[in-house]
Amino acid sequence: MRARLLLRSLFARPLTTPAPRPDAAPQPGDDPLLAELGRALEMSARKLYGRSITIREVDAGSCNGCELEIHALNNPIYDVERFGIKFAASPRHADVLLVTGPVTHNMRVALERTYAATPGPKWVVAVGDCAAGCGVFAESYATVGAVDSVVPVDLVISGCPPKPVDLLKGLLTLMEKATGKAVR
Amino acid sequence: MPMSTTISANQRLAKLLADRAPVAGHRPWPRYEIDHDAWAAVGQALGEGGGDLLSLWGEKDNVHMALRVAGEPVPCVVSVRTRTSDFPSVGRFHPPAIRLERAVRDLYDFAPLGIPDRRPWLDHGAWGVRAPLGSRPPAARRDPAAYEFLAVAGEGLHQIPVGPVHAGIIEPGHFRFTVNGETVARLEERLGYVHRGVDGLLTDTDIDPAGRVIARISGDSTVAYSFAYARAVEEALDVDPPPRAKVLRGIMAELERVANHLGDIGAICNDASFSLIHAHCGVFRERVLAATDRAFNHRLMMDRIVPGGTEDAAPGAARFLQQMIEEIEAPFAEIVQLYDSTPSLQDRTCATGVVSRALVERWAAGGHVGRASGRSFDTRRDLPYAPYKDASFEVPLLTTGDVDARVWIRIREIGQSIALLKRWLADIPGGETRVALPKFEGTREGVAMTEAFRGDVLVWVRILDGRIARCHARDASWFQWPLLEAAIENNIVADFPLCNKSFNCSYAGHDL
Repeated sequence: MRARLLLRSLFARPLTTPAPRPDAAPQPGDDPLLAELGRALEMSARKLYGRSITIREVDAGSCNGCELEIHALNNPIYDVERFGIKFAASPRHADVLLVTGPVTHNMRVALERTYAATPGPKWVVAVGDCAAGCGVFAESYATVGAVDSVVPVDLVISGCPPKPVDLLKGLLTLMEKATGKAVR
Repeated sequence: MPMSTTISANQRLAKLLADRAPVAGHRPWPRYEIDHDAWAAVGQALGEGGGDLLSLWGEKDNVHMALRVAGEPVPCVVSVRTRTSDFPSVGRFHPPAIRLERAVRDLYDFAPLGIPDRRPWLDHGAWGVRAPLGSRPPAARRDPAAYEFLAVAGEGLHQIPVGPVHAGIIEPGHFRFTVNGETVARLEERLGYVHRGVDGLLTDTDIDPAGRVIARISGDSTVAYSFAYARAVEEALDVDPPPRAKVLRGIMAELERVANHLGDIGAICNDASFSLIHAHCGVFRERVLAATDRAFNHRLMMDRIVPGGTEDAAPGAARFLQQMIEEIEAPFAEIVQLYDSTPSLQDRTCATGVVSRALVERWAAGGHVGRASGRSFDTRRDLPYAPYKDASFEVPLLTTGDVDARVWIRIREIGQSIALLKRWLADIPGGETRVALPKFEGTREGVAMTEAFRGDVLVWVRILDGRIARCHARDASWFQWPLLEAAIENNIVADFPLCNKSFNCSYAGHDL
């Protein structure tokens, strides 16, 4: 059973949406948006960090919707690691904080400490409508507000939740922004 | 007491509520207003196994409790007026009520008299006020880490604090492990980090904005929440959604279940370092979400179910959902076979994180947590609603109560969901998907339960002159989180991720 599955995987085409070389012609069935994004992302990541950036995700009050879609970036379809982007378990290892949710009062200190624990240069991406503008939770005693009311935000990716493709697009924008910017 | 004069707790509970006149305008279950003595007697009967606690929540001057007397087909709600802002604790007799009562006290400052645990629960001292839904006196901010964990004494014990920010891409919460070598002597959870004030946002608001908040209580169960909310409002206002909407609701609910179960099965195997299944399940899940996006114009199907009906599906939705099912069904069966024939993986999942039947019965734990430990309850079958009323399906049940059983419950539920989907997709009724809500003067109340992928969700509403006076939502996690503490006892620390993922409780759904 296992041998058959592995053997088949060995000879099968990858499920991943291919990341075309600049000189390669697009394949039928490629998601054009994803392929374009992937290519651009890879090039700017290389310019800035050599080959990679590392992300620490922080849920500061999200409904878990954004987390599901951020998770999807790691599945074999989107497979962000091929672009040199990976998720780390510790803010000490991170270049980028991906923050979701309207920041709750109960998470404010944890977010501040996570930010402080991240070495510079660092960037903060606010993911989702709640992180961007506090969403439907704005009028509550329990929320501080959007992410930028607690830590400085470099980029906002809106959507409720943003699709994985939007997240990729956002990360690309960040890289372009970051390449033109001095160390904070 | 001699046996001859003892009547069983459920008979006593039924007797306590018999011959009372229910409050007018509460549908479809009866609601009784009872005094403090009767409330305490109900709590005591629950504690002696007379029934299931379904929820407990506060409102201005009132505390409500939803429960189901053992053996009775229809649950009920009982309400007690707070007397100089106190009420008799149910948790004193019936521990599943303790965290709910601690939450009620934090939000309203009602004191549950006799509660054995007087620590705050949702209030971490960060709001700047106390009792935000009560009198709101200003309060000095405290250090959020100041919390008195339960004492553990013994030789060679040490503690491991984890969270609120966890290692993975998951929700925040704090786990305090007390361990002896590799073995967990006690796990204590501290939750409330993602408390967004949902109960406040669901007080004195309009039906539509309340629906958007409900849809964002727990993003992974957005369909189940909106479904329960829509049904509660429809019950209150006596509205029957069109046949097409009913079937579309069932389709969305089962797609949500399949997508989440696929993600969970992969993630559980990944926590046992078996990444092959994780990779394949990730692909299946993605196929489902791509199809739901095409069919309902949203990958998680957020805000699609509304009081009165649903948003309509895209043209051709049935066809590409059927195609998606065809695409994943056979490969998924292969992955299941792989799970079943990999002893090194089962070595991690079998006999790990066992929960006893007695505990799941006492906590009335729903979903895979209850059904893997022998509690045969599924809202779709036991408190049936459209479109499940006319559908035939099985509710898988296992008794070993370990991580493996919780995996198998999910696997079998995917099979049942796919069968339901195939039947419904082959024959979606035509016509409208939405009816307008009637205008009503006065007070109407409604309650509904739906089966989310992780267990039963309860939503209760009071509508006053067409507006939401108060709405309350209870996630299945309230009665599952405490059992995770029991599941991990005497297991090794390294098996915690596995146990935790096999439960997959909601933080946001619990913290509200």
